[in-house]
Amino acid sequence: MSETFTKSMARNIYLGGSVFFILLFLALSFDTLGALPKRDNRHNITPQVALGKKVWEENNCLGCHTLLGEGAYFAPELGNVYTRFGGSKEAIMGFIASRPVDGIPGRRSMPQFNLSNEELEAVAEFLKYTSEINTANWPPNIQG
Amino acid sequence: MQYSSQAVAKPYFIAAIGLFVGQILFGLILGAQYVIGDFLFPEIPFNVARMVHTNLLIVWLLFGFMGAAYYLVPEEAERELYSPKLAIALFWIFLVAGALTIVGYLAVPYATLAAVTGNDLLPTMGREFLEQPTITKIGIVVVALAFLFNIGMTIISGRKTVVNIVLLTGLTGLAVLFLFAFYNPVNLVLDKMFWWWVVHLWVEGVWELIMAAILAFVLIRLTGVDREVIEKWLYVIIAMALITGIIGTGHHYYWIGTPEYWQWWGSIFSALEPIPFFMMTVFAFNVVNRRRKEHPNKAATLWALGCAVMAFLGAGVWGFLHTLAPVNFYTHGSQITAAHGHMAFYGAYVLVVITMISYAWPHLQHNAPAANGRAQLLEMWSFWLMTISMVFITLFLTGAGILQVYLQRVSDTPLPFMVVQDKIALFYWMRLYAGLAFFIGLCLYVYSFFAKGKESLASS
Ligand code: HEM
Ligand code: HEM
Ligand SMILES: [Fe+2]
Repeated sequence: MSETFTKSMARNIYLGGSVFFILLFLALSFDTLGALPKRDNRHNITPQVALGKKVWEENNCLGCHTLLGEGAYFAPELGNVYTRFGGSKEAIMGFIASRPVDGIPGRRSMPQFNLSNEELEAVAEFLKYTSEINTANWPPNIQG
Repeated sequence: MQYSSQAVAKPYFIAAIGLFVGQILFGLILGAQYVIGDFLFPEIPFNVARMVHTNLLIVWLLFGFMGAAYYLVPEEAERELYSPKLAIALFWIFLVAGALTIVGYLAVPYATLAAVTGNDLLPTMGREFLEQPTITKIGIVVVALAFLFNIGMTIISGRKTVVNIVLLTGLTGLAVLFLFAFYNPVNLVLDKMFWWWVVHLWVEGVWELIMAAILAFVLIRLTGVDREVIEKWLYVIIAMALITGIIGTGHHYYWIGTPEYWQWWGSIFSALEPIPFFMMTVFAFNVVNRRRKEHPNKAATLWALGCAVMAFLGAGVWGFLHTLAPVNFYTHGSQITAAHGHMAFYGAYVLVVITMISYAWPHLQHNAPAANGRAQLLEMWSFWLMTISMVFITLFLTGAGILQVYLQRVSDTPLPFMVVQDKIALFYWMRLYAGLAFFIGLCLYVYSFFAKGKESLASS
């Protein structure tokens, strides 16, 4: 790099640039927090949804599935599974409850988590809540 | 080795390499489960193997960063480490906590681990990369703070070089941003939004500072190029990293419930994120070409140049590939993401840690500037084998990803996820073979350590 561009100029760009963009990022994040109530479906967060999220987390569902496109890519997207299963919580509960303990020979299979009925209902309710978040029309289609 | 306390880096580097081997073994299990669905089921379900794979990656990179800091900070500060005893104590605490966590993942169902570690009190588990029990997370924070204290005290009372200050800034940022791992609201959108403050602001923010500082340190030593020149580069690179990378977080805010304006902010700024990686490549080749001396450690130079190039390919090129919102709409959460994640982590962070080890190890082990020719040759072979394998892993996953995106999301008759997975299985088989080749390269790398033997070059 040329002699006219000195080390202290470089340092000033680094310091000034970082401070400026940190502040801009904080401002944008703050604005986002204000915009979220209209988009994030928070009015449907019930104690049951909270329990559902806990069940989701404590069984590490994200270790195989994506949720709104984030997680693992081994098993289907679940952000829209409520819609894909025809808007039926019973279908979701039935699917989770009926996984064979020893898997399916040669194929990927979901583990049997032995969830109680209360937990099954809660996780289905959590997935329903998730499907109603405004995700700017993602995923592109019902297959997730 | 100029300062005897630099020797505390040794166990850190050994642990890093050991855990790296574990990470790859579990990567192979994952790769096998992709094509033989019931492989090791139900003993090791996919999600468990994946946690082990990714968490070992993070932990060994942290061991590598800490080892690098213990090696380079005293030399830059021109004084002994503040407390070598603390560094050794922290090593054992971190290793035992990490090992217990991995054993926990493998020994009991995850829900049991959550219950016995009291996840109820402060639920932080079950989110990607942050699966560790809350007490492990607290342990990580304690270790990180004590570590920062130790190197901070060394830096403050010694010569303050740009390399040291940038490294310390990066490591402090790493620790501070990790605190967002403790924020886990029920509101999924908020949870996801701040989860990225850990993950994105790490790899596309503060870790780049750590990477650039380590590269700068090694290149000053290897090339003898004037420190002033290298420090100027260092400032410009990290300036670009933060200027683009902070707002670049927006490329994760397209489809998770956050407002649509992020599609603009995220696309524009993250499209510029390749710049700092490109500059690192130009910088590395530039100073090596203008070197003032012939350093005998050719292997370390190869790792350093390879690191710069592969980071640019993996993070810069493969990142750019799917970062614009209209593209990401289709590729989000697909095998394209996995392709990019692999090459970026390998190119930037795996290789920078190995670069540091390659440079430091002959000093630590033999008090010599370089290993003997045969050991270096083996090391260079392992570089090529691992790197070419990683290129193929990335290409096969990209192929799988393009087909997946087309069949499942673009075509007029979109197919279900599992149907598509069956159709693209050939690519997963090829990825598995490339993974085996990677593992052979890694074995060769480990073997090169034992070949470093006694007949090292004359001592420095
Ligand atoms: C033998 C070589 C390897 C194989 C076969 C392998 C396989 C895998 C598989 C199957 C996954 C899970 C993908 C999913 O969620 O569906 C994964 C995830 C991951 N692996 Fe590897 N891996 C290997 C080496 C590596 C290396 C060397 C690194 C680091 C440089 C790495 C870093 C990661 C990361 C960061 C993830 C999470 C990816 C994401 O969330 O997008 N892996 N790996
Ligand atoms: C060394 C630096 C980088 C590393 C280690 C890295 C690693 C990763 C990983 C592991 C993921 C997957 C996260 C998940 O599991 O959800 C990811 C996602 C992503 N990365 Fe990077 N990355 C780096 C740099 C970049 C850069 C420079 C760009 C843009 C130019 C970029 C663009 C993206 C995008 C758009 C996604 C989201 C993919 C999706 O929507 O599924 N990355 N990165
Ligand atoms: Fe990112």
